[in-house]
Amino acid sequence: MTTAILVSIVMTLVAASTPILLAALGELVVEKSGVLNLGVEGMMLCGAVAGFAVAFSTGSTGLGLVAACGAGIATAMVFAVLTLSLTANQVATGLALTIFGVGVSSLIGAGFVGRTITRLGPVFPAALSEHPLLRAVFGHDIVVYLSLALVLGVSLFLRRTRAGLILRAVGENDASAHAIGYPVIAIRYGAIAFGGALAGLGGAYFSLALTPMWADRLTAGRGWIALALVVFAAWKPGRLLLGAYLFGAVMTLELQAKAAGITWLAPELLAMAPYLATVAVLTMMSIGRKTGRLDAPACLGKPFSAS
Amino acid sequence: MTSIITRRRFNFGAGAAAATLPLIGGASAQAPLGVGFIYVGPVGDHGWTWTHDQGRKALEKEFGAKIKTSFIENVAEGPDAQRAIRQLAQAGNRIIFTTSFGFMNPTIQVAKQFPKIHFEHATGYQRAENVATYNARFYEGRAVIGTIAGHMSKSGQAGYIASFPIPEVVMGINAFTLAARKVNPNFKTKVIWASTWYDPAKEADAAKALIDQGADMITQHTDSAAALQAAEQRGVFAFGQASDMSSFAPKAHLSAIVDDWSGYYVSRVKAAMDGTWKSGDVWGGIKDGFVKIAPYNTAVTPAARAAADDVMKGIVAGTLHPFTGELKDLKGEVRVKAGEKASDEVLSKMDWYVDGVQA
Repeated sequence: MTTAILVSIVMTLVAASTPILLAALGELVVEKSGVLNLGVEGMMLCGAVAGFAVAFSTGSTGLGLVAACGAGIATAMVFAVLTLSLTANQVATGLALTIFGVGVSSLIGAGFVGRTITRLGPVFPAALSEHPLLRAVFGHDIVVYLSLALVLGVSLFLRRTRAGLILRAVGENDASAHAIGYPVIAIRYGAIAFGGALAGLGGAYFSLALTPMWADRLTAGRGWIALALVVFAAWKPGRLLLGAYLFGAVMTLELQAKAAGITWLAPELLAMAPYLATVAVLTMMSIGRKTGRLDAPACLGKPFSAS
Repeated sequence: MTSIITRRRFNFGAGAAAATLPLIGGASAQAPLGVGFIYVGPVGDHGWTWTHDQGRKALEKEFGAKIKTSFIENVAEGPDAQRAIRQLAQAGNRIIFTTSFGFMNPTIQVAKQFPKIHFEHATGYQRAENVATYNARFYEGRAVIGTIAGHMSKSGQAGYIASFPIPEVVMGINAFTLAARKVNPNFKTKVIWASTWYDPAKEADAAKALIDQGADMITQHTDSAAALQAAEQRGVFAFGQASDMSSFAPKAHLSAIVDDWSGYYVSRVKAAMDGTWKSGDVWGGIKDGFVKIAPYNTAVTPAARAAADDVMKGIVAGTLHPFTGELKDLKGEVRVKAGEKASDEVLSKMDWYVDGVQA
């Protein structure tokens, strides 16, 4: 009985962590290129509604996932054009993008309220995915495994490839990168598109896998958690994975503790634990080094215009 | 998780036209009556706000060109609401419905400035010359589904996903548990406080946690259908909230408590038209058509069906009150004496749980 509960907790935990991990990983790459996009929540919602609309119309969740990436990229491009080409303020534009995403997703989704689809199923055959114990490892859907592969991929890309080095150079010192001939704006466009695709995918994980339906503001603020997570992880993919699963674990255990009737621990304490942890990590990091820069890319949030 | 952003979509239409009325004088007699709505959530939530918007649509159907409706959705409870309500008042609406508890003080404030406009506040308790209140006896519906749960549950445990411990929600938990325990004296209701009205992913995860802990009946007092989907996935039963949610969970959805505001809205707008509108307080239940029970799933056993129908008939006839004493709270203190029925005042201040609730 208890192992069954444990396995179930793991399943819920992984599912709860995955969309945050995806969105945060995309944002990490964006921020590594020196751009701060606060519109994660808006991009997630656009991905969620587009994914649902396509999956509902075509009957294919696979196509839904692809559409979600596309919608995320499209939304991100609005941000990219405004901030990169027109050098608008990134913070204000990002916030506006979230408000825009909430509105446009609601508009598109109006015709899909009250509908449902078959949820995204596990990848592996039933022998593995429905095994009482092994399903903890093999019982997940494609997006979960994809998100883990992407963490590894992004980590290798940033640390081991020339392209990753260039991306980081653009984020650390855009003027120098420009001076030695790298196309700063184009690279940032690419990073923002990648961030949009992953945010869209993360959003679609809600409408296609977690709660296969469309309802306004379906992601309910997870985009903001993803943003906090990037800072929590000090812009490192490995730590991001850890952080996302920690957030997921706390969210799941909070509910399990309540269901099990554990009342001596105020559930509110568990609910605020991830945020307390973020504050604690930030404090420790800034005590550790006197610069107070917290490992943030040096050009984060600064507009760049080639002159 | 609360988003820091609230969205506004103001449905113009009535506003501009009605505001210019007084200038034309004679023409105003035929001009459509402006009816405004303030919603706390999105009309697309398929829950609480959606049911109010169904009421607005019923008004349009009933009165056609004689009225013009408009609404502002996603209005945050608190000071911001005052601005939204004033906006509707200044746009020339003659009657304004503010449809969430947290709009109480803002409604009273704005009503003072617009003595000629009729205000209707849902679920509140403050009234004025031009502010009426209305609410539905959802607990009557909870008693009906609790009866079904008592009959259908094998584990004798229900999972209840609740939003905030306000009397409205506590009342529902107690009514559900009392009804289920009439059928199965050992019935238990495990409550998870989600601390939100709306977070589909969290509602689904809460349902899963409750199912993990042995609950085989899921019900909720939050706004989305996510918990039903989780129940469907895990193969247990569940009940819809605010509207018929069977399309989300065809197998799990045993029935639902359906809010229906249209009858009340039509009668109040009619009164405003005829000039007979008066402030007052209406708390309508199954008998008044405020609360309806969605069609039973074919999985509901004949015994459960008959018992639920009996409860419903008893409530309508007034022979059965879901809160009939003796009722004790968890500390053993008697809250409703033997043979007595809980008064509306006791109900509207309820902050204690009956035996069988784990909250």
